[in-house]
Amino acid sequence: MRKSFRAGAVAMLAAAAMLTAGCSGTSGTDAGSANDPNQKVELTYWAWAPNLDKVVEVWNEKNPNIHVTVNKQDGGDPAVTKLLTAVKAGSGAPDLIQAEYQKIPTLVAADALADLSGTEANETKSHFPEGVWDSVTLGGDALYAVPQDTGPMVFYYRADIFEKLGLSVPTTWDEYAQAAKAVHAADPEAYLGTFSSNDAGWFTGMAQQAGASWWGVDGDAWSVNIDEDPTNKVAEYWGGLVEEGTIDNKPMYTPEWNTALNTGKQVGWLSAAWGPGVLSGNAGATAGLWKVAPMPQWDASKPSTGNWGGSSTAVTTQSKNAEAAAKFATWLNTDPEAVQALVKETGVYPADNAGAKSALTAAPEFFSHQPDFYEVVADAAQNVGSFTYGPNVNVAFNAYNDQFAKAAQAKQKSAFSDAVKSMQQVTVEDLKQTGFTVK
Amino acid sequence: MAMTVTKPGPAADTAAGPSRRAKNFKSRVLIPYAMLAPGIILFLVFMAAPIVYTLVLSFQKKKVSGLGLGKGSQSQVFAGFENYVSALTDPEFLGSVLRVLLYGLILIPLMLGFALLFALLLDSRRTRAGSFSRTAIFLPYAVPAVISSLLWGFLYLPGVSPFHFLARQFGVALPSLLDPNLVTFAICNIALWGGVGFNMIVMYTSLKAVPSEIYEAAKLDGCSEIQTALRIKIPIIAPSLVMTALFSMIATLQVFAEPTTLRPLANSLSTSWSPLMLVYRDAFTRNDVYSAAATSIVIAAATFIISFLFLRVVQKRAFGQEN
Repeated sequence: MRKSFRAGAVAMLAAAAMLTAGCSGTSGTDAGSANDPNQKVELTYWAWAPNLDKVVEVWNEKNPNIHVTVNKQDGGDPAVTKLLTAVKAGSGAPDLIQAEYQKIPTLVAADALADLSGTEANETKSHFPEGVWDSVTLGGDALYAVPQDTGPMVFYYRADIFEKLGLSVPTTWDEYAQAAKAVHAADPEAYLGTFSSNDAGWFTGMAQQAGASWWGVDGDAWSVNIDEDPTNKVAEYWGGLVEEGTIDNKPMYTPEWNTALNTGKQVGWLSAAWGPGVLSGNAGATAGLWKVAPMPQWDASKPSTGNWGGSSTAVTTQSKNAEAAAKFATWLNTDPEAVQALVKETGVYPADNAGAKSALTAAPEFFSHQPDFYEVVADAAQNVGSFTYGPNVNVAFNAYNDQFAKAAQAKQKSAFSDAVKSMQQVTVEDLKQTGFTVK
Repeated sequence: MAMTVTKPGPAADTAAGPSRRAKNFKSRVLIPYAMLAPGIILFLVFMAAPIVYTLVLSFQKKKVSGLGLGKGSQSQVFAGFENYVSALTDPEFLGSVLRVLLYGLILIPLMLGFALLFALLLDSRRTRAGSFSRTAIFLPYAVPAVISSLLWGFLYLPGVSPFHFLARQFGVALPSLLDPNLVTFAICNIALWGGVGFNMIVMYTSLKAVPSEIYEAAKLDGCSEIQTALRIKIPIIAPSLVMTALFSMIATLQVFAEPTTLRPLANSLSTSWSPLMLVYRDAFTRNDVYSAAATSIVIAAATFIISFLFLRVVQKRAFGQEN
């Protein structure tokens, strides 16, 4: 008894000593100069993409002097909340963080992201689609992150059910509405899709397709352009379908929705390039039955699509090795080998144009019966319009959740238009209240 | 154990003479406070300090200059009572309070009624399988509210619910409990399921503390079981009824986990359904910790006032015989 206690105490002391050694080791490198190329640098990276650490391992093997440690996060929202807290506290932030595009203005407003325009990351502009580059520069001269992946929106549908009903794939929104009618008429429990009040990013992507850009910068003032033609057109279109009852009004990502995907009661899904992961996870039994197509269009002669999701790699203002961190972020998102590993390990759709083309050759396993899967997605990625996010995306998205939940429940077209007006009003009021100049 | 029991009495009083002041100081001040210190420190660090910080935050606000991007463009300034005024005049806050009042009016009588009924049944002489029933009724209380809300949420969703499935087999269409006009009952049901057991145990325990002579006397007088329950048991355990009612009222005002967990499943719950959801939304979704602090202070003050008034009204009746 006594002996084992002593052994335990020794082990604990040893562990404590190792811990302290570890701490002092880190602080030692932090204090070192970033300009000395032979100086060993330790970087921490907060990210939530699955298996990202495997991609980082490739870097660590090749760059013994800049060692990156991935610190796995729960997701985009919690990571941002943690970072904002660390910035307020003055310490505790990592060197690098995975930041969703819509979070960048909020993070920049809180002075959490370093300007990378003076680093080699600034040379990567030609790698990315213009719309994506805009969302990491906020339309200005500064550069706040290096784009990592995007979510160009596409249309997934159950090819077997379409065939059975003799439907052709809708290429315009009018055809989509007709197909929705046909699907629901054939089986009153089945829908071509659902209008989800839970997913603000999904609606944003569709508004973007119609030509919306909800925020804008005009000198020293912000403008909010939610309650305008493109968004109203989209809201009225969906309000009409929900009012008719040909489109479901229940949120996505519920057990009910999962069941409907599995049982063929949800016959289509307007989603993004990352859709196969969700479908294989939530509706694994339907493997081989889905196909991908471009989004239905408002104007078939001018194809366009929106973006749902996607993230970037940003350097925080607390990083003492911003130069090294920018070097890593550039490599991770533009080096052919890194992009290849990103696709293979994390399953994202890379933002890097050339990388996407060379890395995405074989269709994802869930769509192995459709060899041209990535051709469809790559075509869509070319047509993503540009969209400016503002400093209070969180407020606008929250207003979307509450207002469109009411509208979807009411099943009235007019309620959908009112919801857009409320979103505009709530977003503008919040900006004014905090002291922003709003045009 | 027996050695530590000292007999209180006049002897202890006479020992406390002025000649032993130093020793008295040690035993009367130092030792008790030293023993209380852990509690006091924990209270100060984890209760008082956060409350004071919340108060401080509630009088501040964020101020932005220009586009609000980059260093030094945002600062924290004194806001006076601005946050309080906007909290109290916010129609969303008022709406959340009204919803929670309705919720409490439905929930509390049902919950306490069932708890009392079960406690009396378990306490009656003819009960069989008492300890099994007691555990079975108490068990849901041990399930965290988030888990139970998820479970019930699955049972409510018409697409996956076994109840709806069974009803469909018989050609009946059940209304969805997640519809806007029924969702309050859906939340009440979860709280009821989880809360009856706890309240029952409190009442049952105080029933067990009633001296059995009273029952024997009542029995000799020809009192039936129901009469014993109504005329003896319920009046005697009135203090525990008051306490459970007070706890239930406070829990009602603070309802959060159930509606938050159910919200993503349907369109009928807003992110400001209950006052605490509103606070959470302001603090973490809208990044406005200042108005969230003000609303929390308002809720805390209201809880305090309601508890105080409630105790004032019922105390005389419930605890009258004890004084």
